[in-house]
Amino acid sequence: MTNPEKPLEMQPDERLARRYRSERIFRACGLIAIGFALSALVVLFGTTLFQASGVLTQPYLELDIAFDPAEFDPLGDGSEQSLAAGNYAKPLRKAIRSLLPEVKGRREKRSLNRLLSAGAEYDLRAFVAAHPDVIGTEQVFSVPLSEIAGLYLSGEVRADVVEADRRISNRQIAWLDALVAQGRIEEKWNTRFLTDGDSREPELAGVQGAIRGSILTLLVTFVLSFPVGLAAAIYLEEFAAQNRFTDLVEVNINNLAAVPSIVFGLLGLSVFLNVFGMPRSAPVVGGLVLALMTLPTIIIAGRAALSAVPPSIREAALGVGASPTQAVLHHVVPQALPGILTGTIIGMSRALGETAPLLMVGMVAFIVDLPTEPTDPSTVLPVQIYLWSEAPERGFVEKAAAAIVVLLGFLIAMNAGAVWVRRRFETRS
Amino acid sequence: MNSTEISPIVDPPGGVGEDHRMKTKIQIRNLDVHYGDKQALADVALDIRANEVTALIGPSGCGKSTFLRCLNRMNDVVPGCEVAGVVRLDGADIYDPNLDVVKLRARVGMVFQKPNPFPKSIFENVAYGPRIHGLARNREELDDLVRQSLKKAGLLEEVENRLEEPGTSLSGGQQQRLCIARAIAVSPEVILMDEPCSALDPIATARVEQLIDELREQFTIVIVTHSMQQAARVSQQTAFFHLGVLIEEGETEKIFTNPSNQRTQDYITGRFG
Repeated sequence: MTNPEKPLEMQPDERLARRYRSERIFRACGLIAIGFALSALVVLFGTTLFQASGVLTQPYLELDIAFDPAEFDPLGDGSEQSLAAGNYAKPLRKAIRSLLPEVKGRREKRSLNRLLSAGAEYDLRAFVAAHPDVIGTEQVFSVPLSEIAGLYLSGEVRADVVEADRRISNRQIAWLDALVAQGRIEEKWNTRFLTDGDSREPELAGVQGAIRGSILTLLVTFVLSFPVGLAAAIYLEEFAAQNRFTDLVEVNINNLAAVPSIVFGLLGLSVFLNVFGMPRSAPVVGGLVLALMTLPTIIIAGRAALSAVPPSIREAALGVGASPTQAVLHHVVPQALPGILTGTIIGMSRALGETAPLLMVGMVAFIVDLPTEPTDPSTVLPVQIYLWSEAPERGFVEKAAAAIVVLLGFLIAMNAGAVWVRRRFETRS
Repeated sequence: MNSTEISPIVDPPGGVGEDHRMKTKIQIRNLDVHYGDKQALADVALDIRANEVTALIGPSGCGKSTFLRCLNRMNDVVPGCEVAGVVRLDGADIYDPNLDVVKLRARVGMVFQKPNPFPKSIFENVAYGPRIHGLARNREELDDLVRQSLKKAGLLEEVENRLEEPGTSLSGGQQQRLCIARAIAVSPEVILMDEPCSALDPIATARVEQLIDELREQFTIVIVTHSMQQAARVSQQTAFFHLGVLIEEGETEKIFTNPSNQRTQDYITGRFG
């Protein structure tokens, strides 16, 4: 109380009312704080989801393609080499020109071709490779439109902007409108975003490479940091003698947990890459660096969980003749496991969202191929987000937002996993 | 360590004397215990007889729990605790550096102040000791051993149909008897009890006291207690500790009716402590 004499002068019921009032104010403060935090979260998720929603569908153009054997099968034997040597760009150009016969002249034709995605040719090649029997027939085939066409069709770039300020020209807009009028353009679910690797073309870029990179990196991180962290935590908490050396180790572990992550990246660059000559941009190196970063978190969480196990359990085990190792492994560690796993998963989700140390070991490179092994060059989700948000093409904005949604999905799944693991182990004991 | 003061052991280890009830099970001489700079026990000498209940009484902090924990080397795990002197179990020094502490604790079991069952099933609680010591060759033997131990601890009837339920789901008194069953299961020779009834209600206490009396037939029991009545009820021998010194020891009846030391007299009549 600020004034100790005043409450004494008041009547008891007056004091009681005052107490209730202060309690109500306190509760209201708590509610306001929670409301603020929740609304911040809603705004964050809302804007991200809204921006990412553009990725769900992608405009495709239906073309009537004549699968002329002279173009697709130049050797005439239908073999793989023959199909690989075929010219796939020309039939596409021919097909789109047949829809807009008024387009004349070299420059205009080239301008029209730019409405098709660079990936159209590869899609057609993949289709023919999978169905060689279409050669000699005429089929309707859908090809993706380019980024500029997609931005105009989704309304992000409008026709009333000055022509010099947009990348799509007035003529291209007129052609697109004509194609829409012909009913040739359809929106398709965009599965490419989840199945493909990165690309220079926003309409072709996918997040699969980054997802695989993240999973591989986290696997390496977990395999290295969990056993080492667990062993270190058990030894320090249960077996190490209390002396100046263990005090020093403890202080250093706490310091390591506070070291900025980029320092670990510099360490990885100078030791793993330069001294040991490990591959650049590889998940194995990223995983090593992140394991170093996660170790102190796991050790600290593990020690806290172990020391929370009541000493009576250790005494009970020792009392029936268990050796100290048996007492720890049979009774103390199983009791502490939920806490240890929660700490580990928190450490892993921090590692999942980490960018800075991975830039140092080259995981920031532009990589199109999907990684399959920890030594393949790859990137990870947060770095992919960073790369896309830095890209000048406007189509990458929604890609970056969608990648953020994927990353958040992973984080939420991991944290839900932590809760599930804890519940499961707690009910079992 | 001054070995000349130790009286010769009459019975060879494992041998049977004239009157086995009078046989000395544990012999303690010149026992000093320090926690860092603080002396917890000074020059304690005591003989604990086989198949009798020895009660350790004294005010809080007098060193009786410390003394008890010296008998199965539980003090080893306490940092800063140093034990000097001789403790002989059947004539063999238990502080011999070559002695296996794990085997010692299998021979000298312990029941703690607060019931501390493992957070596992009732069956697993009792089966754990036999399992790590390899006392049962197969599942049937283990099953048998667990049931026998529970029966000896007077708990079998109450838990027969729920052996798979967690040990922590039992009541306080049942938990303590479960801990006794757990101690019995490894067939120890001595059972140390550190205030086993301090967390129990009077009915559960009576149950445990009755059990202690029954167990005396088979085991040597050393019990720390704060209750004079309990010491008088369950023990044959009583040792009174005060400020880390063993003041008086002898037949329980004599200690409680005609103590030779004034401080013992004051303590048992409730004038201090």
